[in-house]
Amino acid sequence: MLDLKGYGPSLLEGAFVTIELALLSLLLALTLGLLGASAKLSGNPVLRGLAATYTTLVRGVPDLVMMLLFYYGGQVTVNMLSDYLYYQYGIDFFFQFDPFISGVTTIGLIFGAYMTETFRGAFLAVETGQIEAARAYGFTRWHTFRRVMVPQMLRHALPGIGNNWQVLLKTTALVSIIGLTDMVRVAEQAAKAERMPFHFFIPVAAVYLTLTACSELLIHWLNKRANVGVTRES
Amino acid sequence: MEQWIAGLQEQFPILTPATLMQYWEGMVTTVQLVFLSLIIGLVLAVPLAILRTARNPLVCTPVWAYTYVFRGTPLLIQLYIIYYGVAQIPGIQETFWWTVFREPFYPALLAFTLNTAAYTTEIIRGAIVATPAGEIEAAKAYGMDWWLRMRRIVLPSAARRAIQAYSNEVIFMLHASAIASVVTLVDLTGAARNAYSNYYAPFQAFIFVALLYMMLTFILVFAFRKLENHLLKHQKSATG
Repeated sequence: MLDLKGYGPSLLEGAFVTIELALLSLLLALTLGLLGASAKLSGNPVLRGLAATYTTLVRGVPDLVMMLLFYYGGQVTVNMLSDYLYYQYGIDFFFQFDPFISGVTTIGLIFGAYMTETFRGAFLAVETGQIEAARAYGFTRWHTFRRVMVPQMLRHALPGIGNNWQVLLKTTALVSIIGLTDMVRVAEQAAKAERMPFHFFIPVAAVYLTLTACSELLIHWLNKRANVGVTRES
Repeated sequence: MEQWIAGLQEQFPILTPATLMQYWEGMVTTVQLVFLSLIIGLVLAVPLAILRTARNPLVCTPVWAYTYVFRGTPLLIQLYIIYYGVAQIPGIQETFWWTVFREPFYPALLAFTLNTAAYTTEIIRGAIVATPAGEIEAAKAYGMDWWLRMRRIVLPSAARRAIQAYSNEVIFMLHASAIASVVTLVDLTGAARNAYSNYYAPFQAFIFVALLYMMLTFILVFAFRKLENHLLKHQKSATG
């Protein structure tokens, strides 16, 4: 049996941190993706420009650099704010900038940009006739979006969302660098202390592999469900 | 001019000659690391992709397992396993390999190469599988043997289909290389982290490096667009 030298419970805890982080980031990414795609497809040039800047910036900068910027920059901003409040109003206010929050924000922001592209393509794949029909029925814009566009574009967006999710899951490993005790960090500390790198990293790699394999199955199932009403041509 | 430089330095205290030099050296390291791992990865990926399309399960299953494991786990863990793991191989400290792998550059290069080779194998495999059956039939009808068919028909046509996905992989690799800084390698990100800890100026240190990465990314995007235009010239309409 695998002997984890007493690091078992903290590794398990770390695994839950990883999963929690991944799910919260996914939620943020999906929200930003929907907003970004709507902005890109809107008639408003300011919104379109903002969305284009957002996706270009994210795709030009490494995720780790952005994470470091948010984490250290966030702390400096908090410090400045707390100094200001103290000198101006005598309010004693301080909090340690949390690596978990910076992790979720950065990963969510990065994958929000990728989701924007996914959703944009998926929205474009919805037939215009459907939207016109909804309008003809007197649906409001929001109603059209929620009842006609979203259900139909999801089918097209699912493969892209699936791919992004797989990459996102692996990106969560980076938060160990800014000090979040996720499973990678626990393994790193254990490996250093016990001088047994294979012993601790290979189980962690296996957990990631299990997570990606399970997600693959889930995505496959979701895809099948979403395409139930579509006959495959060929 | 001098006044302008002095003003600039007052505004951005991190822009001293020493830090700029470190950023430059970091950029050289990053470019070397990414370029070498991409080239070696590509050279490995082409034969692996051909093996991956083989019908014999004894041939294609090991390649599948390799790409599955390397694509299913984070690059950071692969880097840690290689960086910390190599030193633990019994007896390695007495051999020539220790002088190579003691430097963080080579474990990082090995990890990145294996990772990008796995992704590239799958990209090329997808492109090979999508070869139109008619092209292969025509090649067979001309009496080409397997080797000639691969070299003259399948691989060139697969390269055209793979180029777009491969350009994404190249940019992904450039961005992923930032994690080399966690194994004490002073690449671009490493230089930024040093600048940050020396001056406690996170915005300047990291935004500056972000701009440098962005510049490298856009150079790559531009180069690949040129290459794509060149490779896919025949698909352009005569008027357009």
